[in-house]
Amino acid sequence: MHDQPVRLSVNGTPIAATVEPRMTLADFLREECGLTGTHLGCEHGACGACTVLLDGAAVRSCLMFAVQADGTEVTTVEGIASPDGTLSPVQSALRECHGLQCGFCTPGFVLSLTALLRDNPEPTDAEIREGLSGNFCRCTGYQGIVTAAHRAAEAMRVADLQSAAGASPGQPAPVPE
Amino acid sequence: MKPAAFDYHRPGTAEEAVGLLAELGDEAKIIAGGQSLVPMLSMRLAYFDHLIDISRLGELQGIERRGQQLWIGAGTTETEVGADAQVRQAVPLLTRATPFVGHFQIRNRGTLGGSIAHADAAGEYPAVALTLDAVMEVLSPRGRREIAAADFFTGVWETSMEPDEVLTATRFPVWNGRSGFAIQEFARRHGDFAIAGALVAVALDDADRVSRCAIGLLGLGATVRRATAAEHALIGKPAAELVPEDVGRAAMTGLDDIPTDLQGSAAYRTKVGAAMAARAWTQAIGEAGAAHA
Repeated sequence: MHDQPVRLSVNGTPIAATVEPRMTLADFLREECGLTGTHLGCEHGACGACTVLLDGAAVRSCLMFAVQADGTEVTTVEGIASPDGTLSPVQSALRECHGLQCGFCTPGFVLSLTALLRDNPEPTDAEIREGLSGNFCRCTGYQGIVTAAHRAAEAMRVADLQSAAGASPGQPAPVPE
Repeated sequence: MKPAAFDYHRPGTAEEAVGLLAELGDEAKIIAGGQSLVPMLSMRLAYFDHLIDISRLGELQGIERRGQQLWIGAGTTETEVGADAQVRQAVPLLTRATPFVGHFQIRNRGTLGGSIAHADAAGEYPAVALTLDAVMEVLSPRGRREIAAADFFTGVWETSMEPDEVLTATRFPVWNGRSGFAIQEFARRHGDFAIAGALVAVALDDADRVSRCAIGLLGLGATVRRATAAEHALIGKPAAELVPEDVGRAAMTGLDDIPTDLQGSAAYRTKVGAAMAARAWTQAIGEAGAAHA
C-alpha cells in the first residue's frame, strides 16, 4: 500500500507530511501533529469527541482520512483560544457553568458549539440541544453544557454590540433584555 | 477501530473514477462523504484494497431545477441539501427529512448520493427517493443510464447498480397543486437510525379528495418500502373521511421482512410504523388542505 503526501493548515500552521491513506484525520492530528486535544472516544462517529472544524465546518475527524483533508484548513481545540491564552467565549462559558467535569468530551463540545453559535448566534434551547445531540458527555451531564451554550451566545452578542458601538473591551457590557 | 490498509485514489473526473472502478474490480470502493463507509472500515465490517475518492468532483455537485424535476448532484452534502431554498420550495420532503440524517457534523460531510447508494433500510434520503419516485443517474465505462427508485433498492445495503457503476445524481419530481409532505420517525436518541418511520406525500383535488398519494416506510424491511396497497385504497377518498390511525394501520399491510433485533421486535416496529404513518398522514393532509389550488 502506498503512502500519500498531504498538505494542510492546522490552526493556521502549514503542515506537510506523508501518511498511510488509512490514517484518520484524528490520528494524524494526534500522532503526526502532536495535537492531542482532539480526543477519540468511539472511533466510529458516534461520540463526537473528535470534532474539529474543516474549512470552518464541524466534522468528525475519525470519519475521514488525513489524505482527504489535503488542501484544507483544520481548526482543533488548540486553535480556539487566543494566542495569549485568553479563552474563547465558549470555553469561558463551559468553565463558568460547570459544563465539564472530567473534560474528555469537552474538546468536541467546544468545536461543535463554536460552529453552532457562529451559524446561529441566537439559538433557542431546542436548537442548542439538537446541535449538541452529536456529542456525548458521560459524566457531567448536559444541563451545565446547555447553560454554557446560552451564556456563550449571550457573551458573543454582547461582544458584538460592544465592537459595533466602538467600546473598549474593558467597559461594562450593555446587557440586552 | 483502525481500518485495514488500502490505496487511495482521487480521480479528477467521474469518467476517470468509473474507469478505475472497472479496472480495480471488487477490491475497490467509492468513497464520498464516508460517513457510513469509514465506520464500516474502522470496525472492519468491510475491507477494500482501494478507495476511490469522488468527494471533490465538482461535476457531481449542485442543485438545479430542470422542468418538473429537481436535479441534485450525488456529491452534494446533506447540509447543502437541507439549507437550499430551491430544495425547500420544490421538494420540501427532502428539506424536512434532512434534520433526521445523523447530526449536523455528519451532514457536513455526508452526501445525498452516498446516502442513497448506501441504501440503508432506515435511510431518510433513500426513503424520500422511493416515496417521490425519483430517478437515479448512474455512470459506468459503458455510459450513462437511469434507474427508477422503484427498481433501485434491492436488499440490505444493496442496489441494482452494477459493480462498476457510480451514482452521479438523483432527480426528484416536483409536485404541484394542493400537496402536503411529512416525515415522522421514532429513534431512541436523536440522530440514531430510526426504529421505524414513515413519509407521506399527498395531493388533494378541488373537492378535497385524495388525488395523488405516496407513503414511504423506513426501518420496516430489508430496504425502504412503499405502502402501495394503502396508497391505491386512498385515491379518490374524501380527505375528511379518512381516519389517520386507519391509514397508519393500512400502511403496515403486506410487509413481510420487518427486522427483529435488539432495538425491537417486528411486532413492535409494526406498531411504531403505524403510529408514525398516522402522524405523517395528519401533517401532510393538513398541509395539502390548507393550500390553495
